[in-house]
Amino acid sequence: MTDRLTFLYPEIALFIGTCVVMVLGLSRTLQARKASALVTGLALVVAGYMAIASTPRVGEAICPLTGICFSKGLTPGAGQLLLPQMPLYAKTLIAIVGLILLLPCAGTVDRAEEAAIASGARRFDPLRSNRAEFYAFFLFSLTGLMLCASADDLVWLFLALELTSLPTYIMVAISTSRNKSREAGVKYFFLGALGAAIFLYGFAFIYGGTGSTNLNQIARHIQDDGLNSLTLVGMLLAMLGVSFKIAAVPMHFYTPDVYEGAAPQVSGFLAFVPKTAGFISILLLAATVGWAYAPGQSGVGAMLSAGPVEPLRQSVGATQLPELLRITLWVMAALTMTVGNVLAILQTNVKRILAYSSIAHSGYMLVGVIAGPGDGTFVNSGVAAVLFYLLCYGVMNAGTFAVLAALERSPGKDGEPREIETVADLKGLCATHPQLGWSMVICSLSLLGLPPLLGFFGKLPLFTSGISANEIPLVVILALNSAIAAFYYLRLAFTPMLEKPDAGAEAIRHAPFFSRRVGAMVSAGGVIVLAIFGSALTDQATQAARVRSAEAPAGDTSAAAPPAAAHPAQPATPGPRLSKR
Amino acid sequence: MNQWLLILAMLTPLASALGVAVLPAARAKTVAMYGTLVALVFVLYAGFGVFSWEQSGYMQLGMDEPIRWIPSLGLEFQVGVDGISMMLVMLTALLGPICVISSFTAIKDREKTYYAWLLVLQAAMTGVFCARDLILFYICFEFTLVPMFILISVWGSTNRKKAAIKFFLYTFTGSVIALAGLVYVAWFNVHRPGIEGHVNWTFNIQTLAFASSKWMSLNQQTWVMFALLAGFAVKVPLFPVHTWLPLAHTEAPTAGSVILAGVLLKLGTYALIRFVLPFVPAAVVAYAPLIGALCIVGIIYGGLICWVQTDVKKLVAYSSVAHLGFCVLGMFALNHAGIEGSVLYMINHGLSTGALFLLIGMIYERYHTRSMKELGGLAAKMPVWATFMVFFTMASVGLPGLNGFVSEFLCVMGTYQASTAWGSGVWHTLVPQVGTTPGELGPWYAIIAGTGMIIAAMYLLYMLGKVVWGPLRLPAGHDHHGGHDAKDDHGPALPTDLSMREIGVLVPLAVLCVALGVYPKPLLEALKAPTDSLVQAANAGREKIGVEATPGERAAKGEKGAGSAQLPGSERPAGTTHLELLTPDMISPASGRPGEVTP
Repeated sequence: MTDRLTFLYPEIALFIGTCVVMVLGLSRTLQARKASALVTGLALVVAGYMAIASTPRVGEAICPLTGICFSKGLTPGAGQLLLPQMPLYAKTLIAIVGLILLLPCAGTVDRAEEAAIASGARRFDPLRSNRAEFYAFFLFSLTGLMLCASADDLVWLFLALELTSLPTYIMVAISTSRNKSREAGVKYFFLGALGAAIFLYGFAFIYGGTGSTNLNQIARHIQDDGLNSLTLVGMLLAMLGVSFKIAAVPMHFYTPDVYEGAAPQVSGFLAFVPKTAGFISILLLAATVGWAYAPGQSGVGAMLSAGPVEPLRQSVGATQLPELLRITLWVMAALTMTVGNVLAILQTNVKRILAYSSIAHSGYMLVGVIAGPGDGTFVNSGVAAVLFYLLCYGVMNAGTFAVLAALERSPGKDGEPREIETVADLKGLCATHPQLGWSMVICSLSLLGLPPLLGFFGKLPLFTSGISANEIPLVVILALNSAIAAFYYLRLAFTPMLEKPDAGAEAIRHAPFFSRRVGAMVSAGGVIVLAIFGSALTDQATQAARVRSAEAPAGDTSAAAPPAAAHPAQPATPGPRLSKR
Repeated sequence: MNQWLLILAMLTPLASALGVAVLPAARAKTVAMYGTLVALVFVLYAGFGVFSWEQSGYMQLGMDEPIRWIPSLGLEFQVGVDGISMMLVMLTALLGPICVISSFTAIKDREKTYYAWLLVLQAAMTGVFCARDLILFYICFEFTLVPMFILISVWGSTNRKKAAIKFFLYTFTGSVIALAGLVYVAWFNVHRPGIEGHVNWTFNIQTLAFASSKWMSLNQQTWVMFALLAGFAVKVPLFPVHTWLPLAHTEAPTAGSVILAGVLLKLGTYALIRFVLPFVPAAVVAYAPLIGALCIVGIIYGGLICWVQTDVKKLVAYSSVAHLGFCVLGMFALNHAGIEGSVLYMINHGLSTGALFLLIGMIYERYHTRSMKELGGLAAKMPVWATFMVFFTMASVGLPGLNGFVSEFLCVMGTYQASTAWGSGVWHTLVPQVGTTPGELGPWYAIIAGTGMIIAAMYLLYMLGKVVWGPLRLPAGHDHHGGHDAKDDHGPALPTDLSMREIGVLVPLAVLCVALGVYPKPLLEALKAPTDSLVQAANAGREKIGVEATPGERAAKGEKGAGSAQLPGSERPAGTTHLELLTPDMISPASGRPGEVTP
């Protein structure tokens, strides 16, 4: 039990932060209200530190934070996880990208309200203030996302997914005072509920097919008794439901409308958080049917003892996913990237372009899912590629939205400053606002995957793992789509750099929040810095992509104790064991 | 010091680009000029002081220890040049200052941006030729697109936006497919027969060339070749995918055209010679007739289109299509004469066509037109310009004694000889040289391509007749006497004829044209070693085709030879070379794997 709690320290930190923020935001003093954003950031930093500090390193068995033994390389509580190393990587990633996403959120809600209070026109009224809710929901959503990563049970996974999504519906609705946002929020909510229902329906089938909600037991069951049709239908439905979260075809329709309606910083949040949750779920589900306990996989313990770069060799070839599932994902991937990229070309609204690009990037990442864990090295592992790409995408995409958030035009009829809408609004940005303009250029080119920026290094492992898994046609589709994407990313990148503003065009100006600008610059800097010093991260992603394997590692006592030994009570534990139908 | 020379050749332009961006606009020209000149000094020192041309088959001047960039991907930062790349690095370094100096008066707005990107482009192009890692190559190769896109779309002529976008999309689309092919080769390298246990991925060019040429089946090689061609043939450009080129050339600013013709197109041919030929020799042998046919179509078709152009710049642009057709044709002859001619062609085309674009730019600066209808008889008004124009046109036509002739002749001769099938019967008695080398092309290819030379002479001389000689014709607004009308509201007026600066830019090119035309022997000798290895690779490819009667069935994957040579990339000692790797006794396995390749 203590082990389990240790494992959840990052989530607990975030949750405590949430509670504090909620109270702070209702304070009568301005300073306390302003501190809510700082507390949000602090909670993320603490959560990130806990995730990093408790990430096991080779040859180090004691957690520096808690002093609890890691059972030689396995995280506490990880005994039942299908991807034992993934949660800590994912949590670190979530904390880092969460911080970048937080920066442009300054002043998102209550801006008019605070101005009125400052001018003395109105007194502070907790009932009218939304700031507390916004930051609290921000943290709630990230808490859910972290919980997703550590899920070992279908029910847990579902609850975590919902905890991730529900706050976002409200964040969208309150992000601006325009009706468009409310409409977007409602639209997002209803379609999200549909997605969740399908997801849950699928879970019910899986439970019916395997007699357990525990992912570990489901995986064992499938490996022992084969995949029955009930489970397969359940998996397909679950994948369909998750495709809503990652904005993949056929559940992608909401994306452009919702992104357009929400404030840009919230759209940026939507592009990363639900997508990450969705991909983590897909990886977990795919691990149950295809990868975990598969014969021929080398043991986690054995891999760890051998260090990160020398895993045992195994036959690499076709993925181990069931054929029907593989074909479904294949079609989904191909359609998702093509639809996203082709429709993005037709758009003029920046946020809609980025929405379709978000769809397309989901398609790219699905290639990694199809490729599977391979032999566990970074080049061959599609799982590692997906986990690494999530980081790359999170950083570079946050930058584009932060640029939009950091700019505004003169107030419209409702008295609120209007946002940047079309690409034409960005003309000459590099000359007028060099920091933001160049951030936009760098982030867009990185999204395009132009070397030597981060996006290229994110895409390269997708190429290598896809080819390793013999999915060459899919890799060619991926390559062609990268080329199609050039049409619109070029516009995004070069309109700010090369065009001169139209005569008579209304001037754009900085939004009066410095941290939004910082957010854009941090992303752009990250895109360059991570591209040069990315190798440490790739190693972490490789570790995180290890899948639990069939063979209990041999008693190499010096380095690796078998996970089962660390958690002796485990195989018999949870989950009602129903008789097989 | 020596190991840093190439890095310095890359970093100097980058650093001066930074300097240009930081310093005030008035200094931009000076900084850019000195930056490129310093880079030129480094390269010249590397080429004449350190690089040993006798052993130019080796990758030289590399760093002692490669920088391990992303080890889990097998990515390394390592540079090195052999004879072919050294020549192209020198060409790039030479054109650098020429482009900068020639832009002094032509570029009047946003100078800082212009020179900064020009310098970045210079660095990226040098990187392409120096890279010893596939991904490093690809990074530089792709990154050249951004500066070129910017140069065209900001400082180009009227239709610049369209030209820039077309240029970017064509080449980007091709090269992502080429990336898939290159990654496949890297994947193959760790899954080839004879690999036991885990082997780290590597993108080292020589290792991959060795692995893929030796073990890949013909079917695999064919797919890889077409994937690579998708990227590199667009860049060259070969016939069906050449349509971006005339537009980009016509719309680009003068220096942009010079770089485009001088170096950027050579990235394509260089990639063909560095990757396609050594990686997939069997497929190259099998499809050489197809490529040769495409080249010939390009030569004839490009030439005929030139004939009907009225825009001088467009004419020269289309002539590039035809010229590079010769270059690739010679390359795919796969014999010494052809490949040496092809590499020489890269250099010579860069010199003479680059100079032609400079000359046209000088006219455009003065008269703001490039139309043959509006210009004529300029010899009367600008004798110095006319002299240079005639000179470089002759170099481009292939007048014996100038550089164009040597390379064109070698390419056509190589093509002519490249056929064993013609080695008997009536042809053999008529032309004894035929059949001296094995090859897939042959006299017919050479003969048809030879008509292209005639066409080239016709359109270029026609252009000379119109523009240089004949009655003096100037565009409206320019009187026939003063000629100082070109002084606009901005910038100093240009003299009627060329200024000393412009002459200074042209003279080095002219000297080289003569030197390489009269005495190309040093270059040809330096090319011997790299050419040898390519020819040997091609011969091995022929053997492979001979062995593999049913192509594609023998997918090497899964077959595990017991005692095959193991050359995992990470274990191969640094400094092993192309030549060493591709010697015949290495290619024919000493032990094991019977039937894969006959010794």
